Amino acid sequence: MSNRVAFLQGNEACAHGAIYAGCRFFAGYPITPSTEVAEVMAKELPRVGGAFMQMEDEIAAMAAVIGASLTGTKVLTATSGPGFSLKQENIGYACITEVPCVIVNVMRGGPSTGMPTGPSQSDVMQARWGTHGDHPAICLVPASVQELFTETVRAFNLAEKYRTPVTVMPDEIVGHMRERIVFPEPGELEVIDRTGPTVGPDEYKPYDTRFGDVPPLASFGSGYRFHVTGLNKAEDGFPTTRAEIVQAEEERQLRKIENAVDDIVTFEEYLLDDAEVAVVAFGSIARSARYAVNQARKAGIRAGLFRIITYWPFPERQIRALSERVRAVITPEMNLGMTVHEVRRCVEGRAPVSGIFRVDGEPIGPGAIFAAIREVR
Amino acid sequence: MSAGRYEIRFSGAGGQGLILAGIIMGEAASIYDGKQAVQSQSYGPEARGGASKSEVIISDEPIDFPKAAAVDALLALTQEACDKYSRDLKEGGILLVDSDLVKKPPKGKFTLVRFPIINTAKNEVGRTIVANIVALGAMVALTGIVSRESAEKAVLSRVPEAFTDLNRKAFRAGYDKALQARDK
Amino acid sequence: MGFDYDKYIRPGKLPHIWCPGCGHGIVMKGLIRAIDALELDKNKTAIVSGIGCASRLPGYMDFCTLHTTHGRAVAFATGIKMARPEMNVICVGGDGDGVAIGGNHFIHACRRNIDMTYLIMNNNIYGMTGGQFSPTTPYGAKASTTPYGNPDPPFDIAKLAIGAGATFVARGTAFHAAQIDKLLAEAMRHKGFSVVEILDSCPTTYGRRNRFKSVVEMMNQLKDMAVPVTAADKMPAEQLRGKVLTGILYKESKPEYVEEYRKLVERVRAEG
Repeated sequence: MSNRVAFLQGNEACAHGAIYAGCRFFAGYPITPSTEVAEVMAKELPRVGGAFMQMEDEIAAMAAVIGASLTGTKVLTATSGPGFSLKQENIGYACITEVPCVIVNVMRGGPSTGMPTGPSQSDVMQARWGTHGDHPAICLVPASVQELFTETVRAFNLAEKYRTPVTVMPDEIVGHMRERIVFPEPGELEVIDRTGPTVGPDEYKPYDTRFGDVPPLASFGSGYRFHVTGLNKAEDGFPTTRAEIVQAEEERQLRKIENAVDDIVTFEEYLLDDAEVAVVAFGSIARSARYAVNQARKAGIRAGLFRIITYWPFPERQIRALSERVRAVITPEMNLGMTVHEVRRCVEGRAPVSGIFRVDGEPIGPGAIFAAIREVR
Repeated sequence: MSAGRYEIRFSGAGGQGLILAGIIMGEAASIYDGKQAVQSQSYGPEARGGASKSEVIISDEPIDFPKAAAVDALLALTQEACDKYSRDLKEGGILLVDSDLVKKPPKGKFTLVRFPIINTAKNEVGRTIVANIVALGAMVALTGIVSRESAEKAVLSRVPEAFTDLNRKAFRAGYDKALQARDK
Repeated sequence: MGFDYDKYIRPGKLPHIWCPGCGHGIVMKGLIRAIDALELDKNKTAIVSGIGCASRLPGYMDFCTLHTTHGRAVAFATGIKMARPEMNVICVGGDGDGVAIGGNHFIHACRRNIDMTYLIMNNNIYGMTGGQFSPTTPYGAKASTTPYGNPDPPFDIAKLAIGAGATFVARGTAFHAAQIDKLLAEAMRHKGFSVVEILDSCPTTYGRRNRFKSVVEMMNQLKDMAVPVTAADKMPAEQLRGKVLTGILYKESKPEYVEEYRKLVERVRAEG
């Protein structure tokens, strides 16, 4: 058995992906169903000279990774449901201060304690709007063990490239299932590091827009002294209440992601070319949907699957284009209706959009999706 | 697609090692036999007790839906698990139960195989803790979905060296007893 | 020639936001003198704060400075220290920030004994939000949210730190300005988690509500209530009533967290 191949759990693959991407600091707090990420990081980080910390709570874990990231280190934290709620304030801090970090949220039932061991996809809106105020968001929703590895690598790349927090959100099924994974060789996947300053310490400003919408970030301890605050700030990093600066800075923070959607947004189209019915799904439910689409094709129904891989920014343009071709859209999801609203927003009435919603701890099986395809056809 | 898709479910109580049995089955198929496999599980809050299940889907093609929908082979080590998890057993499937613990197996159009699995581990192999490996050996024999050699390799790669003989013995005991029980 | 504070202050960032009569400026000067005495490299020193009046201090200081979220300074600082152990890490903040909303982080940093210094400016009130009672507001005192007197008993921050496992705990006052840098320098020299509580005063939101006639009266109270710990042994109990011990209250040597983790890393890597 080659050591490049393993039968691995999604959460384990996520941790190995982080190490591959160059993550050298993890801080977390035990919570089901994400704990295996922490367990693997606790084992692997010392081996590569990194540091693992189990903090006193979820809030501290989020804070510690931001602190570590400011020293130029790639950082990860992992959590689920209630922990994701607790981290929101400091996620907002990472947004406004533009500090790269990756947050894994393995989705379980909620709200509150909900169903700790049950799968869910009900945190997708929280990933967009969970912290207060306007802020950009990048959220990736992998559907297989291999993809949880590669999307974690991509999450680090996006975080470092765009100076922003990135969330990776497998549902519990993807986080806990095991599949064969082939570990990429070093160099096989692209690994991006953040851009450091090209000017000397005397001239450096942490939000210097002369260098574009994603200003270079210096590291604490590297000879550059600068100030970082959660207050609205000017390009020198110091607090400001000057209206035109606050407005411009907030707009730039959104713009740096909006202008990069072609680089960020990923998706998979399956049998959509001639489809009359499109299923829009993600995570483990996209796998049910693929099964159902194949069933439909066998039954002579032209169905196809649009699988969301990058949930935020939402693949608006692609779904808009899709809605011009199909007669109906179905969104099965393990929540009581979230993606369906986003899809309707993009479809703008060009086709009826219906949802299949389930929150009882069981996945939406292919049967329910197949039945819906037959019904809307 | 369902063609070539084979679904196995290991069920019993938490702490019986059934998740590991499922992992080894998946590993045997995907790493040693070169097939596709997905293993998943569901469990309650208890680390011990409660009803627990571990599922393995094996196929020659990529597997989409990762959970069992129509079970080809089911193992039940407790009556509670048997009652809870036998409903979606396929017509023509296989049901293996511990004959001491599952006194009322369901009726249906499937092959029922019964033998004292835990008792075999305890009294013939020598340790109750390897009951999951006895059960795994039995499921490998009854399903024929992975090769005996691959399954044995997968078992031995998962256990500490000091327990190699014990686990090999457990696997073989399960394998042989299941075939005897079926052909009886 | 007098001491040159400007060397450590960011040009153009003064005046500070603190009110006339607030002791935070005195404490900041003490911190600067301590940093100077230890000749800390500005590029290798991080000053981290939470939210509140005291937490505005890092913005004025020419170091690597991080003004974080309410109560979380120590947790952010822990990440910095673990990722760059060669940096000197100093946390600053007030009483509400440190032991109310940040209480959990505070006690766990004490327990871990991670090598950093936490300077708490304790003025017994939430000043920035307009004078609500904090976990160190005395029993019976008036605050905007205790209009009938404070029903809550207060924390003793130094005792809390000692109980939670901090290996260096000291207390001073904003009145005893010359002592502040000595205590902070000792704290920063100490290997492990060191806590320095400086009793401070907020004339604007505390003094005004609690019948202090002037800033001077508040300062005099700090002067009168302080008893050096070295002198306390010889004093009868009745003389110590209502007094607060100052100086180095506790010191011990224990394994430090970052060093212990580095040893673990070396052990793991040696084993392969």
